[in-house]
Amino acid sequence: MKFKADINIMPLKELLDPQGKTVGKNMGNIGITGIENVRIGKHIELLIEANDEAAAKEKLETACKKLLCNVVMESYSYTLSPA
Amino acid sequence: MKFGVVVFPGSNCDDDMIHVIGTVMGQDVKKLWHKDTEALNGFGKGDCVVLPGGFSYGDYLRSGAIASHSPIMTSVIEFANNGGYVWGICNGFQVLCESGLLPGALLNNNHHKFVCKNIYLRTETDQTPITSQLKEKQIIKVPIAHADGRYYADDETLKKLNENGQVLFRYCSEGGDTSETYNPNGSLENIAGICNEGRNVFGMMPHPERCAEPTLGNEDGRILFESILALQKEMA
Amino acid sequence: MAQIIDAKVAANLGLNAEEFEKIKEILGRTPNFTELSIFSVMWSEHCSYKNSITWLKTLPRDGERLLVGAGEENAGLVDIGGGLGCAFKIESHNHPSAIEPFQGAATGVGGIHRDIFTMGARPIAALNSLRFGNINSEKTKHLVKGVVNGISHYGNCFGVPTVGGEVFFDDCYNQNILVNAMSVGIVKAGETVSACADGPGNPVLIVGSATGKDGIHGATFASADLTEDSADDLPAVQVGDPFQEKLLLEASLEAIKTGAIVGMQDMGAAGITCSTSEMSAKSGTGMIIDLDKVPTRQEGMLPFEILLSESQERMLIVAKKGEEHKLFEIFDKWDLECEHIGEVTDTGRLQFYQGGEVIADVPAEPLVLGGGAPVYQREYSEPKYFAEIAKFNIDQITEPTDYVATAQKLFSAPNLVSKRWVYEQYDSMVRTNTMTTNKASDAAIVRVKGTEKALAVTTDCNSSYVYADAYQGGMIAVAEAARNIVCSGGEPVAITNCLNFGNPYDPEVYWQFVHTIKGMGDACRKFNTPVTGGNVSFYNHSVIGDQNIPVFPTPTIGMLGILDDANKVMTLDFKNETDLIYLVGESVNDIGSTEYLRVVHDVKYSPVPQFDLDTEHTLQQTVAGLIKNGHIESAHDVADGGLFTNLMESSIVNGLGFEISTQDGIRKDAFLFGESQSRVIITVSRAKAEAFEAYMADQGTPFSKLGMVSGENAIIDGEDFGKVADWKDIHDNTLHQHLEN
Repeated sequence: MKFKADINIMPLKELLDPQGKTVGKNMGNIGITGIENVRIGKHIELLIEANDEAAAKEKLETACKKLLCNVVMESYSYTLSPA
Repeated sequence: MKFGVVVFPGSNCDDDMIHVIGTVMGQDVKKLWHKDTEALNGFGKGDCVVLPGGFSYGDYLRSGAIASHSPIMTSVIEFANNGGYVWGICNGFQVLCESGLLPGALLNNNHHKFVCKNIYLRTETDQTPITSQLKEKQIIKVPIAHADGRYYADDETLKKLNENGQVLFRYCSEGGDTSETYNPNGSLENIAGICNEGRNVFGMMPHPERCAEPTLGNEDGRILFESILALQKEMA
Repeated sequence: MAQIIDAKVAANLGLNAEEFEKIKEILGRTPNFTELSIFSVMWSEHCSYKNSITWLKTLPRDGERLLVGAGEENAGLVDIGGGLGCAFKIESHNHPSAIEPFQGAATGVGGIHRDIFTMGARPIAALNSLRFGNINSEKTKHLVKGVVNGISHYGNCFGVPTVGGEVFFDDCYNQNILVNAMSVGIVKAGETVSACADGPGNPVLIVGSATGKDGIHGATFASADLTEDSADDLPAVQVGDPFQEKLLLEASLEAIKTGAIVGMQDMGAAGITCSTSEMSAKSGTGMIIDLDKVPTRQEGMLPFEILLSESQERMLIVAKKGEEHKLFEIFDKWDLECEHIGEVTDTGRLQFYQGGEVIADVPAEPLVLGGGAPVYQREYSEPKYFAEIAKFNIDQITEPTDYVATAQKLFSAPNLVSKRWVYEQYDSMVRTNTMTTNKASDAAIVRVKGTEKALAVTTDCNSSYVYADAYQGGMIAVAEAARNIVCSGGEPVAITNCLNFGNPYDPEVYWQFVHTIKGMGDACRKFNTPVTGGNVSFYNHSVIGDQNIPVFPTPTIGMLGILDDANKVMTLDFKNETDLIYLVGESVNDIGSTEYLRVVHDVKYSPVPQFDLDTEHTLQQTVAGLIKNGHIESAHDVADGGLFTNLMESSIVNGLGFEISTQDGIRKDAFLFGESQSRVIITVSRAKAEAFEAYMADQGTPFSKLGMVSGENAIIDGEDFGKVADWKDIHDNTLHQHLEN
């Protein structure tokens, strides 16, 4: 059966996120105030073919650890649901 | 004719532009600080504002996105709408697309790498102020240096650009072949530069200011500066 | 409850028992944990050079052109005439790049540029020297892509062109890559800034990024005060922000012009600790610093974390009292955070406060190199593998039967092919000074705007030569750099170096280190190119089983040369058909330590290529004269790959072929592929041939006619080696095929 995964990859919270910092600082240019702690990551969607949810999860974990996420610098979280 | 070169935080070809316009071409040029909303006071219809190359705001979020909302852009847009010349190169082109002064967008190169090298450009129109001294189909060698240079626009926009002769340059071989092999970044139809319908706002990824002096071994870019200056003579 | 500080805690911080005793003696009491941390970083190899300084001091460090002595400031400063100085330095970022190649390399580039602009100089060129393991391994490919991307990301955004460098592959770097980055900057005389803290009462400012828990692992794991939560959010890598650094550059240079800056130092290794102690020690002053005022990225940071943090893109500034508002205005204009965190004092002590209490109080002088930091003599002994090298006998190497196929195999070697795949990812042209974009030379040439001058810059080191013979190899590294500068029309003036070695406690490694320095020193004296600074990186080795296998000893030389007339650049490409090709220098029967032996014969141990310092010096004088007097059309030195490779490099630029003959009495493989030193390929137009030969007759350098520029093919002893265009294809595309497939 097929499962749909929604994966969020974020820079580790203890690391500097230059992009988020710069975006946050310049919200004033478009007239918005009161925005802080901007952090920018990636959202990935994919379909997994697997026998059951546990097998899908195992594949997904491997994909995240080995390729989708650089665990030295990023963390990941996901939701998995039948497609 | 007065020139102004906008300095956004992270612009890094501003000094190069000032050098070519001021020292090499001997023109009146000054830096325009991005926070200075009055920087364009005194600039009139026949003058030219340059948005230089670089990494404004570090290219964070999308290249040119944050700069397109910086304080000076309100007056740049007003200046352009009043017929003033606005010329964006590389990051400047990205800012112009983000600000809506030029149609389309510049996406990440199809090979996903920054690329800096000489490429050839085929002139698609001599009917603009920055290409007036070139001949149609004339080929010039100009360097590119960008990660986000893949020009993209929807079909309708593309059709309009072609019909109105708004495409300035296409990437090509030394002999003028514009097939995909000579496309350094995956741009639609090898588009390297465009202008707006009013023909007073120009954007291009290649850097003519990097090849405008004999010392650097290539002067092909100089003719673009000569073109816009020829306009001044016409007006005089 | 306070941690009990004893020799065990000190050992966990990398301080030995003797060092711990010395600290107690200096303080007259037992240090607290924060103080001990301060000593541990300042007395680390990285900051104190404790295992290398004795030998570094033997290098020539004076010269009439030097505006500051080696090690006195953040980088060397050389007078280039016309009221201008050139600040330049090379530095390693090997270990961070091995952990996270992209950020490791990026922050390496950022760090070296900061060293240059903290002196008031505007960086105008960057170079690098990269060494990786076997190109066929997936790990190497990943590291190459990451490192190149990191350098590209940081350097391009920062807006300084990467104009030159080298990339070398060998199995010895499989686990431990080398990433050495160099920056070259220009400063007007009188606008330089010193890393000093003069004037008690002057305010101390911190500018740039907020301070996070970056780079404090060692100390952290030795600290008993840490909760688990705290250890949890320790970054394993540092993230560079080239955009922030660009703002810091522009703002710093603008701030210097106000005259309100007394002293400035960037924060790299050991962060606030290093900058406060070095600046204070230099001026014989002290500082009071309130850590509560230091902007932090994370909440609840402990004092030692703030003091040791290596967060990037920060500067420490000592301002003129009463004029600091001028600086605040400029940093505000550039959207940079600037905080007043303390004062210069006359106590000679660094006193750090938190919550109104003194949390560390240490004297500045004993912390720093040249002050009280420890200095060690290490033992050394001749490496055992030298016995293997001594066994080499050229007669046991069979000469090739098919020279065309052999040449192709060699010419396709990753170490010899074009590094286009790499350098096209670097912006090599921004600032519009790079003269070698459209005209290739042995060194990169960067004009100096507003003058007639140009700088010639290069990074060089053939580490396999140094492995074969550290003394000769050290000399050759300097000689080759100088030869590249001379062949491009420049006059060599000074060097910076990055000494990458294994574990200094291994006597064989230390033997390599000592003899390399001796060789470099002799060569630098001969070429009158003093050493202006650089860095030492030890502990570069692979762990295989329970053994540490050191990398090849790799003393990367970054050399600066000057062309007083930028129009006198000499290029390396063949210009016209029928031009005569000469070899200046002498071919010998030598294939030692060649790429040919490694690639074609798989020989690992062989002697260093033949080299004589006096011969080299005379050769360089001769070539300089040939260029000055307009005798020659091109010059290209014979280096890696040997004569064939280097002829082909001159040939493929304009697609002009050549016809040459080899020399009787020398093995053909030695003639074509040997790497014996002190040779330069030059071309002469027919019209100038007589004048050239007449000039050469008086030079004391042997020379011989090889043949001529001709047609589209390479012809050697009448044998057709094929079209130059096909060789160009191999040269241009091989690296791409290795890395993209």
